[in-house]
Amino acid sequence: MSKPLPETPMLDQLESGPWPSFVTGLKRLAKDNDMMVDLLGQLETSYKTKKGYWKGGTVGVFGYGGGVIPRFTELKDENDKPLFPAAAEFHTLRIQPAAGMHYTTDLLRKMCDVWERHGSGLIAFHGQSGDIMFQGATTANVQPAFDELNEMGFDLGGAGPAVRTSMACVGAARCEQSCYDEARALRTVVNTFLDDMHRPALPYKFKFKFSGCPNDCVNSIQRSDMAVIGTWRDNIQTDDALGKAWFAKHGAKELVNDVISRCPTKAITLVDTKDVSKAEGISSVALNGTQSLEISNHDCVRCMHCVNVMTGALAPGKDKGVTILIGGKSVLKIGATMGTVVIPFMKLESDEDYERLVEIAQNTIDFFAENALEHERTGEMIDRIGLVNFLEGIGVDVDPNMILHPRSNPYVRMDGWDEEVEKANERKARAA
Amino acid sequence: MSEMRDPIESGVPDHVQYLHPLMKKNYGSWKRHDRPRPGVLHHVANSGDEIWTVRAGTQRQMDVYTVRTLCDIADKFAEGHVRFTTRSNIEFMVSAESKVAPLIEALGKAGFPVGGTGNSVSMISHTQGWLHCDIPGTDASGVVKALMDELHSEFIKEEMPNRVKLSTSCCEINCGGQADIAIVVQHTKPPKINHDLVANVCERPTVVARCPVAAIRPALVNGKPSLEVDEAKCICCGACFPPCPPMQINDPEHSKIAIWVGGKNSNARIRPTFHKLVMSGLPNNAPRWPEVAAVVKNILKVYKEDARSWERLSDWVERIGWPQFFEKTGLPFTKFHIDDWRGSRATLNASTHIRF
Repeated sequence: MSKPLPETPMLDQLESGPWPSFVTGLKRLAKDNDMMVDLLGQLETSYKTKKGYWKGGTVGVFGYGGGVIPRFTELKDENDKPLFPAAAEFHTLRIQPAAGMHYTTDLLRKMCDVWERHGSGLIAFHGQSGDIMFQGATTANVQPAFDELNEMGFDLGGAGPAVRTSMACVGAARCEQSCYDEARALRTVVNTFLDDMHRPALPYKFKFKFSGCPNDCVNSIQRSDMAVIGTWRDNIQTDDALGKAWFAKHGAKELVNDVISRCPTKAITLVDTKDVSKAEGISSVALNGTQSLEISNHDCVRCMHCVNVMTGALAPGKDKGVTILIGGKSVLKIGATMGTVVIPFMKLESDEDYERLVEIAQNTIDFFAENALEHERTGEMIDRIGLVNFLEGIGVDVDPNMILHPRSNPYVRMDGWDEEVEKANERKARAA
Repeated sequence: MSEMRDPIESGVPDHVQYLHPLMKKNYGSWKRHDRPRPGVLHHVANSGDEIWTVRAGTQRQMDVYTVRTLCDIADKFAEGHVRFTTRSNIEFMVSAESKVAPLIEALGKAGFPVGGTGNSVSMISHTQGWLHCDIPGTDASGVVKALMDELHSEFIKEEMPNRVKLSTSCCEINCGGQADIAIVVQHTKPPKINHDLVANVCERPTVVARCPVAAIRPALVNGKPSLEVDEAKCICCGACFPPCPPMQINDPEHSKIAIWVGGKNSNARIRPTFHKLVMSGLPNNAPRWPEVAAVVKNILKVYKEDARSWERLSDWVERIGWPQFFEKTGLPFTKFHIDDWRGSRATLNASTHIRF
């Protein structure tokens, strides 16, 4: 049916072993698909020469400026003819999945059918920004493939200097640690910025990520310009029955070594149940008939460790919300930066709360668009101008939760000290 | 050409339509979970409803036949709903414990390893490599396949001190991301410039601005506008290559592979950490990268033996200190391990805290 498979002695070695083999998958597609036959030829060449052979270009769909990753082969003969012509164009469509990456089999089958009709039949679930990657289409087939996926309710993601596709953890859908509706937040925020996603015009990429608790299962703090991470303000919730069940199963050794001594702020102590403090800010969970764990919640930094170990017996509090950290990114160009706290806590329950979240995102992107240099990420911009200038730009007050410790050098002009003290007092009065 | 169709700018679709019915019903109201066996999660809702999740590894780059096989399994042995994790594992949700064993058996028969939960080595986060990237120093799917074959037994068991997350990246941009153990290409020679092409292909001021150490300057070479690199300043990072493909950084011999450890994004216990360089100079040895696998397996073996329960790799090193890490793993400590990039003074030992 298709042309014969090339010899692929290198790739063949990736067909054995217990892990599922993508090479076997490529070969299965190549049985009736010339593009895959030639893709195998080019990939085998890369394995032999240790060189890549793709170059970018300009391919897109009508109405959008991004979302398609163009790939043209550079593996050509002396007459500039592709050595593997059927894979000479091998573009990717980035498609945004539902938050939490949920699918029905019916939906997946329809996606497969579209990609069999218009593409190579190779799909990656998912790219590192969270897109479904429909890999391998000719230039001519990009538009019809998109049209069908778009009619199914799916839209292109981001590429280039644009708002990018986002990710959320499974969160509220199936996790007891979830502190807000991650999927609603993702959809509300990202769908506000579709113009900035589909028509790239920012200084560089901008990523949002949404994690339901400080375990941060989608790695928002390191991988997103704006990380929205669930947390809580009040006391850790406890369940005495589950606390006793945990202790009966795990015993004193694990209690001491894995729970009490691993608390990063030493906020947990073992007490006789009769002595448990009745003070505000204290929660306790029973371990047996006489002993309890006592947690000093004002000292707790919501790291999640004890909650992870004693899930169910301990749980996030009831006064839930989010912490927002801004500026996370990878290596280029100043080195990797973590997101740092910009909003220590905000509720995320009412429609107004979601509007405020969008407003923070909008202010951040507007400031980024106005002030970042070309190819500069938000974290690099903040590094260059200082956090205070950024905060003033987006209209957020300073807060000691934003720092690890105060300045340790005197190199700053402080003739506005009295005014700043006045502002601090006003903030205090407002908060009271 | 026929008339162009305007896109429906619908953005992110509503997730609720794809949720398993029990997840929809108990949305935001879960009580606790446990893991009956590796690869299986059991969640209990405040309503009393229970849901079992079976997690399986995939090759991420999937042909439609593989996706349809997974759909067949989901339809026959699960309840028609699946989701993917950030590490490209697939999850099948079922409403009865009795459905778990047959589902696991079906996945096993079809060649999908069940695991990746709790204290296991989960699937490696990775990108495109030679298959699709325009700047790759190595492959992605192939490295991952080779390594996961070697780490398969740690994926299907939960015998590590804590969870272990791995990543691979085909260039120093590190698209695979931070991880307990990250495998990242490290170039060791400056780019080889094809001066005939630079003027036509590259926007030269952009390329000059892209260099982290200001080692690139415009130059006339053989009468043509081009760029030149101050090779004494060049750190061989490859940042100039994406905006200027004639500045070829990839080299079959001199593009090496480095290993970094101790990255962690969770806030549990110590604050999130970036991974640190521990090994480099490993050959880019397709198709199975045995030298890389040997170093990764050795680090995992030492960590598994030496770390205490709940210590992530970063927690473990925090306790034992870097000198003991190098001693226990047998990895060489060199001058390249001492950081000299901005902020590096904060990485020096400004104390007499030394373990003897």
